[in-house]
Amino acid sequence: MQVIAKRPETLTAEPFTYCPGCTHGIATRLIAEAIEEQGLINLMAGVAPVGCAVFAYKFFNFDMAEAAHGRAPAVATGMKRGRPNMHIFTYQGDGDLAAIGTAEIVHAANRGEHISVFFINNAIYGMTGGQMAPTTLAGMKTTTSPYGRNPEDIGYPIRMCELLSSLVAPYYIERVSLLSPGDILRAKKAVNKAIQYNKEERGFTFVELISTCPTNWGFDPDKAREWAKENMLPYYKLGVYRDKGAGVE
Amino acid sequence: MSKILMKGNEAVAEAAIRAGCRLYFAYPITPQSELIEYMAKMMPKVGGTFIQAESEIAAINMVYGAAGVGKRVMTSSSSPGISLKQEGISYMAGAELPAVIVNVQRGGPGLGDIQPAQGDYFQAVKGGGHGDYQLIVLAPSSVQEFADLAADAFDLADKYRNPVMILADGMLGQMMEPVEFKPAKTQEELDALANQHLSWCICPNADGDAKHHHEINSLELDPEILEKKVSKLYEKYAEVEKNEVRYETYNLSDDNEILCVAWGTAARVVKSAINELVAQGKSIGLVRPITCWPYPYEAIASAIGPKVKKVYVFELNSGQMVEDVMIAVNGKVPVDFWGKLGGIVFTPADIQAKLEACF
Repeated sequence: MQVIAKRPETLTAEPFTYCPGCTHGIATRLIAEAIEEQGLINLMAGVAPVGCAVFAYKFFNFDMAEAAHGRAPAVATGMKRGRPNMHIFTYQGDGDLAAIGTAEIVHAANRGEHISVFFINNAIYGMTGGQMAPTTLAGMKTTTSPYGRNPEDIGYPIRMCELLSSLVAPYYIERVSLLSPGDILRAKKAVNKAIQYNKEERGFTFVELISTCPTNWGFDPDKAREWAKENMLPYYKLGVYRDKGAGVE
Repeated sequence: MSKILMKGNEAVAEAAIRAGCRLYFAYPITPQSELIEYMAKMMPKVGGTFIQAESEIAAINMVYGAAGVGKRVMTSSSSPGISLKQEGISYMAGAELPAVIVNVQRGGPGLGDIQPAQGDYFQAVKGGGHGDYQLIVLAPSSVQEFADLAADAFDLADKYRNPVMILADGMLGQMMEPVEFKPAKTQEELDALANQHLSWCICPNADGDAKHHHEINSLELDPEILEKKVSKLYEKYAEVEKNEVRYETYNLSDDNEILCVAWGTAARVVKSAINELVAQGKSIGLVRPITCWPYPYEAIASAIGPKVKKVYVFELNSGQMVEDVMIAVNGKVPVDFWGKLGGIVFTPADIQAKLEACF
């Protein structure tokens, strides 16, 4: 019998706790595959967030730290500075990274910490039951924006790739999506590039993955993907924002 | 080794480096800024890491990360900044991470002022962050002791896998006194320190062991399991209480008519007052807790001699440690308290007047 697909060695047998149809599982798997492909399983450690991926420390089959909400880039900084021969990444959602942890991500990026950050943007707080995120679109209804997000009142959604691209130090910043098989293949390339740059100690790498939250958006997975394509992608433009390795400044 | 005249803030930094601390993360705040400045200057010279963090919150989480990879790490701040660190301190206690936190206390609450105070006793000793946990809390009362306790703090943190706080104040931080340092760790000792936590910390999977999976974590959603984990923490704390209580006694005797209890800078002033009154023929003793947690309850109880008519507690706050003294005294004799607020340090004459009124 020939094995054509199997769980990467970089994932444990622990079942994912993500909802059915959610793209978190794809993101988690892409990161695990990249680490395996780069041969880093014995030198990699990750930092799990508070949010839907809070149990990421159980999923990855290497050493992991669980950080307080939003603090993953600071924790990763301490880990990398303490063991510079290891390779460190964080996995963070939009509430974790772009609200409560805004200072930590901006300053880790500004220092050019040699870490990779994977940012899951699904425009909502999933774990706590569908509250407004810093990335919730204008007019979008959530449990804490029941009449639709009003930018006059609460501001416009934050675009993290654009914000971080204003800094000098970051080495690689790209926004991809997980909304179709083609998108996922493109996302895989971006995740691989971040991990490769991490391995090569190039500097700070950041990949934002536009994701869906069928449960809290109230759509089935197909409809959620369509909704994201129609509504998120016009505002969150996909592409390479910074790639010093390819001359994109 | 000869004595060097140094500020407490610099002495504790130098002692930490000598004790093998090679990672330091902090944010500037008065009256501890000489500490962060000393680290900024010295860490590059010893191949260490210094980061001026974007906030106290980031600094304590960098400490969490560095402790998580098993390395000696320190942060420092003063009262308002220590409040910001409480989230991280609770997480570190929950994840059982060793680290040293220095609090050079100033007047509060809120922004308060920048003068010496002891208003953070409750925060340090009774749990400033959320949840059931304990810090080991060491309270120096001289620049020499401030330096000595730095090395001890790292040893205690590593021994018990628990954060340790050195609870100083603006007086100890800013004052210059002669200090003699212990010899710096040798390279061999530093290497041993760097590898002491490999059984649990985040580290390279050197042997390629397929089962290697270390987690630094305080999350446990199963209440039965969380109860067991917290109970285990308290078994550890019981060991600390059994082994690590420290205090100094001064002029204790069966003739004592007053027993004083004071800590840190306050205790120095009380000693001066006692000396003056002893010269006048009065008998007054002092117990000075060095560990504010674990607290020397038994030492205080057994220091109450047959003639003691009152236990007098002096602090640079509105009366915080006095509650622990009351637990220790347990109604045996009256307990009185006097303190100064606003960052004002009482004088020996102030204390002398209070004590004279007892006779």
